Amino acid sequence: MGVARYIKNEKDEILDVILQSGIHVKPVYTQKDLEEVGFDPEKDIPLPGEYPFTRGIHPLGYRSREWTTRQYTGFGTPRETNERFKLMISHGQTGLNVAFDLPTQMGLDSDDPLAEGEVGRVGMAVDTLRDFEIAFEGIPLDRIGVGLTINAVASIMLAMFQAVAEKFGYSKDRISATPQNDILKEMIGRGAWIFPVQPAVRLIGDTIEYSMKELPRTNPVSVCGYHIRESGCTPAQEIAYAFQIANTYIEEVLRRGYEIDDFVRGFTFNLNVFGNLWEQVAKFRAARKLWAINLKERYGAKDKRSLFLRGIFGGGGYGMTKAQPENNIIRGAYYALAAALGGAQTTALCSFDEAYTIPTPRAALLSLRTFQILMEEIGLRDTVDPLAGSYFIETLTKQMEQKILEEMRRIDEIGGMIRAVETGYIQREVAKQAYEFEKGIQRGELIKVGVNKYTEGEEMEVELHEYRWESAEEQIQRLKEVRRERDNRKVVQLLKELEKAAREEKNVMPYLLECCKAYATVGEMTRVFKEVYGEFKEPSIF
Amino acid sequence: MEKKIRVLVAKPGLDGHDRGAKVVAQALRDAGMEVIYTGLHQTIDQIVNTAIQEDVDVIGLSIMSGAHLPICEKLMKRLKEKNLEDALVVVGGVIPKRDISALHQLGVQGVFPGGTPFETIVSWIKEHVRPRSESGRL
Repeated sequence: MGVARYIKNEKDEILDVILQSGIHVKPVYTQKDLEEVGFDPEKDIPLPGEYPFTRGIHPLGYRSREWTTRQYTGFGTPRETNERFKLMISHGQTGLNVAFDLPTQMGLDSDDPLAEGEVGRVGMAVDTLRDFEIAFEGIPLDRIGVGLTINAVASIMLAMFQAVAEKFGYSKDRISATPQNDILKEMIGRGAWIFPVQPAVRLIGDTIEYSMKELPRTNPVSVCGYHIRESGCTPAQEIAYAFQIANTYIEEVLRRGYEIDDFVRGFTFNLNVFGNLWEQVAKFRAARKLWAINLKERYGAKDKRSLFLRGIFGGGGYGMTKAQPENNIIRGAYYALAAALGGAQTTALCSFDEAYTIPTPRAALLSLRTFQILMEEIGLRDTVDPLAGSYFIETLTKQMEQKILEEMRRIDEIGGMIRAVETGYIQREVAKQAYEFEKGIQRGELIKVGVNKYTEGEEMEVELHEYRWESAEEQIQRLKEVRRERDNRKVVQLLKELEKAAREEKNVMPYLLECCKAYATVGEMTRVFKEVYGEFKEPSIF
Repeated sequence: MEKKIRVLVAKPGLDGHDRGAKVVAQALRDAGMEVIYTGLHQTIDQIVNTAIQEDVDVIGLSIMSGAHLPICEKLMKRLKEKNLEDALVVVGGVIPKRDISALHQLGVQGVFPGGTPFETIVSWIKEHVRPRSESGRL
């Protein structure tokens, strides 16, 4: 849960503070600390918008542009999800972030026996283009950027998104999609993987290569330290693993003969916000700097815009608690503050009821209001990187840098991220951290309000989002209708062409686009890939 | 010599959030039990077959997706078909309070929502498990 460890004496005085990343915090910081960590203001914190961007990628930060708010949304049928999208937009939300149900994430059609009981449960069910036509009906896709939280079949969903946008009359160079599309983190945490590591990474390469040429406003990959942190790792590991994953995808595209500056602007990051406030802010500042250095020094990027670390900083799921759920509203506000002080371009928060249920509209709106209060009421837009120059924050930022670099080196020594995942090294490390963490909570070493301290008080009844079995039936009916009405001969032909392209290791995106336009199902396209690529086998980690 | 309690920790269905499953697996192991972890995306048939092959005393499911009722209903039915209805079945994960009695009615004996202390789970299992020699099954 990300709080620091506190060593106290019997009088409750704090003797030592150890942050999750292993850094000791001192009682007082002075100029001397900056000298000790080798802080050089000219190199470390030039003006915002200047390399290495510790203080931010834009010269004027939130003054020139407020952050994009993008709550994770989706449940039941595309129609129900469309209503919720419109509700959030009408209340001032500026982007969308689509939650898909598990069958869709796993490439299964809604009538697949393995999908039973799961259709529309944790997100929206999508089988064919027809579902996207309903989900995005009435959404201005040239103004609202859309995050697609999907990974194993992100290539399919990106093609489907282009298909629906074009059908609605938006040209492909005006739409902005951000498919999550980070399969390595699925293999480390979260678990929505299908294909083996190598072809799965190749598919990501296809989406990046295709977006570079065809979808200029699309960010084809959102590399997620987020879920690895949720699975147990430290904030320093979160950044190190995300960067090494990003490097893997970069190398997949470089291998195809492109220059780094051709495509790397399409990379974004998804990072977590829970835990010690100072550690998070220092983490974001250090990350921005190290990413710029990584691109410049490791890959020789020349274009300034290639060096920007852009991303969604938010969520905070593992910091939220099931006990005393209203406390999560307060936690969320502080997590959003960490994101703002860290200079997030985009944000989202787990809603206070999320340990129990799909967020109710009330809970989702509270998260949105949290962002609006921060930006429009209490002054987070006033000035860029307001903590810059603080003895403590700058020292901590330098220390975080060192921790992140150490963890990155460890992955390099193993032989890179693909190997670290295939052998289960990362999974083992993360599971071990998670266990130590939980033991710490249960022993009361790490304070979690309402969980292991201040546990008194009445329990609040949380309003639960009701799962509607009728939604699943409606979804399956629509799928059957589409299968009846479409040109099945054409679909079979296009799926064959897709298979051929996959076998020949051509970029599959144009083939997926044609399949989607002809109303091929997600399950049909996934089956083609399964036949060609096979399926991922988890390394045993115990 | 006392035999070690054998526990199958299983992740049924499509959900891949297994932090909880892995954490509990480590805790049960540290409490002296033998733990077999199925890995992700298991069907009920796969879980039941593993339980038979591994000759376990306890089947523990970790479910975060909200689909615990349909999943447990299916599991209990299959266990009955295989004459394994005496197996000690426990469930953990995101389980709303209001569903706990429904799970008990299905035959799930232990329900441990997220945040349950390790000690509670360990002592409950030790108390409720039947030595294999007596029950002569699984």
